[in-house]
Amino acid sequence: MRPTDRKYTKSHEWIMMDGDTAVIGITDFAVNELCNGNEGDLVYCDLPEADRLVEAGETFGEIESVKAVADLSSPVAGTVIENNAAIEDHLEILSEDPWKKGWMIRIKPNSTKLDGLMDAAAYDEFVAASAE
Amino acid sequence: MSDTQTLKQTPLHDVHAALGARMIDFGGWHMPVQYGPILDEVTCVRNACGLFDLGHMGRYHVVGPDAIRMVDTVATNFCAKIPVGSIRYSLFCLENGNPIDDVLLYREERDVFIVVNAGNRERDLEHLRKHAEGFDCEVIDESEDLDMIALQGQNSVAILEQITEGCDVGAIKYYKFDYGTVCGIEGVRISRTGYTGEDGFEIYFPPTESERVWNKLLEVGAPHGLKPIGLGARDTLRLEAGMALYGHEIDDNHNPVEAGLGFGISFKEEKGDYLGRAALEEIKANPKQTLIGITTEGKRVPRQGYKLFRGDTEVGYLVSGSVSPTIGTNIGTAYVLLGNEEVGTELEMDIRGKRQACLVAPQPFFSRTRK
Repeated sequence: MRPTDRKYTKSHEWIMMDGDTAVIGITDFAVNELCNGNEGDLVYCDLPEADRLVEAGETFGEIESVKAVADLSSPVAGTVIENNAAIEDHLEILSEDPWKKGWMIRIKPNSTKLDGLMDAAAYDEFVAASAE
Repeated sequence: MSDTQTLKQTPLHDVHAALGARMIDFGGWHMPVQYGPILDEVTCVRNACGLFDLGHMGRYHVVGPDAIRMVDTVATNFCAKIPVGSIRYSLFCLENGNPIDDVLLYREERDVFIVVNAGNRERDLEHLRKHAEGFDCEVIDESEDLDMIALQGQNSVAILEQITEGCDVGAIKYYKFDYGTVCGIEGVRISRTGYTGEDGFEIYFPPTESERVWNKLLEVGAPHGLKPIGLGARDTLRLEAGMALYGHEIDDNHNPVEAGLGFGISFKEEKGDYLGRAALEEIKANPKQTLIGITTEGKRVPRQGYKLFRGDTEVGYLVSGSVSPTIGTNIGTAYVLLGNEEVGTELEMDIRGKRQACLVAPQPFFSRTRK
């Protein structure tokens, strides 16, 4: 099972509360869909600067592989505090460790309740169903 | 996720699955997009050799006393003037000059063998059969009776000659074909053609032999660096080589004249009238836009549909794009209004709301077969 310390979206982001801030990234499934396990196929990632306001479901960045571009959507509304700039030049981090080193942004959410998101078990089921 | 149950499969489908390929829907076919990293597959074909499953493409045979005359009424190239044993690029256009497909014509003594794109197979066949009415010829669909694979790269001759008898494959000239015994299969059509800008062959044999031929080639080719290559790398290879792809540089709305495919269009008087001729002549006399190549130093990959700007003025749009490991930058093709096509012209492409600088580049980006 995927990490149980966080919640998941249908667009394959994860969000983990850390005090009154939240960390957001994308799942192993999302990375694999983009590059099929070939980290060299990831070419670009654009993350927002601090102070950017995001709505729930709003695009906060983009990630691009040799063959596809995907939007990064925020699971909750809030204000961006910092981004993981290391990713932009080292996209392989995303396939090596999407759960920790591959975090993308830290935000100050408007609400600390993560409503309407999936837990790890539900997300595992969701991915299994969409892969069929 | 597409419903893979409804997709068509080539005779080699299960072989790709066993090789661990990532499979996608390509024109209604369940095809391998990559076996490993796409860019490594591109480099493998440029530096050594690659093997491609082309079972999804359509293979038609126009046979009979009027075969060549009939083909000359639907094809843009001049079939009657193709030397026997040679192959020419051509298009099938409608009255408006826009193509329903681009094809290869194999000129035989009396008949014409035609290879068409997977996505246009059905309508090509319908088109050919409709226009064959009144001619003493028959359009035979050999797609299910003949399979097709491509061997592409500098080591192609060294690999293919190991499993071929009765034919000196190295002596077949570019865009010519011959027949030989391959893997013990007699009468295999061996064509020195391809879609990569590299030397190589496309060979045709019964689908019952596909797995054996594929595996034998991989076995004897391994010491020469031969690897299976997916459609992802094939797209980059053809784009680097400046070769059009139906649905990108040409389609129902993009004519071959503005696409720079004049080498596949005959305006010779002796050819006589053919579908689309008048429209193509008119476009040639008064083109509105032209196809260019672009390179960009930015990280983002050019993709079909992105708009091109010169200053604040919109001047065109991309139709293809890719990372290019061979050139070392990202590349693309685009249509621009006339006056913006000079090599070195600085343009900007709009990538989902952000501008990235690009330059008009000479075409092809790369080719070992065409200079």
